[in-house]
Amino acid sequence: MIKKLLGVLALSLTCTFAYAADGGAQIQKAPDRISDLAALQNGAKMFVNYCLNCHSASAMRYNKLMDLGLTEEDIKKNLLFTRERVGDLMTISMTPEDAKRWFGTIPPDLSVIARAKSTSFGPSGVDYIYTYLSTFFRDAERNTGWNNVIFPNVGMPNVLWELEGPRTLTDVQVHQVPNESGNMHWVKTTSVFDHNGYAEITNETLANYQGDVTRTTTFDSKDAKAFAQFQNDVADLSNFLGWMAEPVQLERREIGVIVMIFLVLFLLIAIRMNNTYWKHVR
Amino acid sequence: MAEQNVETSGLLGWVDRRFPLTKLFKEHMSEYYAPKNFNFWYFFGSLALLVLVIQVVSGIFLVMNYKPDANLAFSSVEFIMREVPGGWFIRYMHSTGASMFFVVVYLHMLRGLFYGSYRKPRELVWIFGVAIFLCLMAEAFFGYLLPWGQMSYWGAQVIVNLFSAIPFIGPDLAIFIRGDYVVSDATLNRFFAFHVIAIPLVLIGLVVAHIIALHEVGSNNPDGVEIKQGPKDQYGRPLDGIPFHPYYSVHDIVGVAGFLIVFAAILFFGPEMGGYFLEYNNFIPADPLKTPPHIAPVWYFTPFYTMLRATTSDFTWILAAGAVIAALWIFIKARGCGLCRYIAPLVLLGVAVLLKVIDAKFWGVVSMGGAVVLLFFLPWLDRSPVKSIRYRPTWHKWLYAIFIIDFLALGVLGTLPVTPEYTIAGQICTVIYLAFFFLMPVWSPLGTFKKVPSRVTFHAH
Repeated sequence: MIKKLLGVLALSLTCTFAYAADGGAQIQKAPDRISDLAALQNGAKMFVNYCLNCHSASAMRYNKLMDLGLTEEDIKKNLLFTRERVGDLMTISMTPEDAKRWFGTIPPDLSVIARAKSTSFGPSGVDYIYTYLSTFFRDAERNTGWNNVIFPNVGMPNVLWELEGPRTLTDVQVHQVPNESGNMHWVKTTSVFDHNGYAEITNETLANYQGDVTRTTTFDSKDAKAFAQFQNDVADLSNFLGWMAEPVQLERREIGVIVMIFLVLFLLIAIRMNNTYWKHVR
Repeated sequence: MAEQNVETSGLLGWVDRRFPLTKLFKEHMSEYYAPKNFNFWYFFGSLALLVLVIQVVSGIFLVMNYKPDANLAFSSVEFIMREVPGGWFIRYMHSTGASMFFVVVYLHMLRGLFYGSYRKPRELVWIFGVAIFLCLMAEAFFGYLLPWGQMSYWGAQVIVNLFSAIPFIGPDLAIFIRGDYVVSDATLNRFFAFHVIAIPLVLIGLVVAHIIALHEVGSNNPDGVEIKQGPKDQYGRPLDGIPFHPYYSVHDIVGVAGFLIVFAAILFFGPEMGGYFLEYNNFIPADPLKTPPHIAPVWYFTPFYTMLRATTSDFTWILAAGAVIAALWIFIKARGCGLCRYIAPLVLLGVAVLLKVIDAKFWGVVSMGGAVVLLFFLPWLDRSPVKSIRYRPTWHKWLYAIFIIDFLALGVLGTLPVTPEYTIAGQICTVIYLAFFFLMPVWSPLGTFKKVPSRVTFHAH
């Protein structure tokens, strides 16, 4: 019994989801599973079960999932829940007016969200979504009860909370705030949000701080096994969204290899032909 | 009979007696003599024509499924990407082709700059070319609204609002262009008409004129030597020339193969090009109520965008100072000419005053447009005794290098957000760009020039 408890303690201590940042929160790199059809299938299952109730994907047809190796029967039995047919687009029945009333904003359509969230010379949209879904924390002050590290005060609740398991968030920010006389001084703010969302915030004045604004955010999972499974599922889901943004991408790269080989051969032949004609030009 | 007498027989002869087919082929291909010393820089003209054809053909197929309606446009593009067989390939051809068009055209213009291809008697070739460049910029601008993404919408909103900076007529002109008080469905429909019909027709007409003007006088070459003024053979053909067909038709195929390798690599492995060919923000449908934090035009417009943003009310002091100095210079240096000794300086002084009277926003638009319009005057700004950079003094080559780096810097600055440091950098780069052209009549004849050979430098293959 003690051994088991010690084991869980050890695991939970090692199971931290931590990252340091300068000012803003850092986007973690998602595992690359874009060519892993089994992972993408799991991601599709996650998507239809957890996302499709509020978010639509109105450019995506259910039967396009056959490109991932699923059969029509698989899709019909596991991914269609109400009146949809396998050739339908992934639309939802929540109207924009209802969405605004219930969430304050309209949940965006996710068809191309992974392309929209990419940055030039920075993290990809898949990385953003992976980090976003992994950094929800309980916050009793918010009306959904949840907040998010990289999207502060987001209107979306943490739909994956059951899979994630309870977590504590420790957020340490070194930043400048005005003091009583109005001058800016460096302060280290430590916020600890427990797994029920109650925050304990301590401020410590840093007298001779010479560095920059920093932020370190650390999550501590109470259930390490669940969290590891959760991370795996979120990786699958993020990669699925990356695939769904451009379903043809796997085929595109395959065709590209053949085209490049042909063009290189074509170039070599064109050069030979050119030299043959120009041989006699003086 | 009114039929012509021709040397060809059979079906070809029948056509030739009614339409100058063989005559045109001989005049423009098999008996059109081009200099034999063309190098790498001479590929880009034929590549520009290739990209124009790619854009027109891929455009035709896109229009078969695209819907120019504000509610349907964005999803029709996704329909093309996912449901139309080969639609993704056509879409990527068109988006990659749009950016590659500008790469090819900028390099084509740079060749003209290096070898003095705009000099007499080819001024009209250059003028048609700059007109093509302006039309290309308009075509790209109108086309970019069509996907109706966030960047499409807000980029169009910003640029059309620039026209409202024109004194007196500005705001009404902006409404006239948009067809509405803001960019809307009305704007989308008319931009679609311009992009698909109006500008392509003008472009194709200008390209034909560009080539006819070129063929009338013959091509320049990297040595700037006029082959028609050189030695000729017993049939009157220039010794330094070779028939375009088959020598350059075959040579250009090599250029096409090399270009297609680059084109296909981008299309199949990186069509977004890190967000520069297909901007990430444009995958969000246009939302008139949500302004993106950072609006920038596509990469090929960024040099001119920098000049627009650099022209602040502080900067107009510098431009005004430049106009006053130019007025004094002309007044002191001009000889003869009577009236122009007084008129030109007076006009420049008037401009200097207006620079501070009219809002800097208007002068930003003028800088941006002026930077392109300035190119029209290049044949008359360049006073160098030699055409080609090969025979200019070495320090001229450094000036060209500075100009190229400056243009690239202007481009990079256009992608960055506005900060005081970047604004000053943009202003410095704008001054360098304008000075390169405005001062060209002064610096281009200076220095020791090398002797231009009478025959082209050609190394046998």
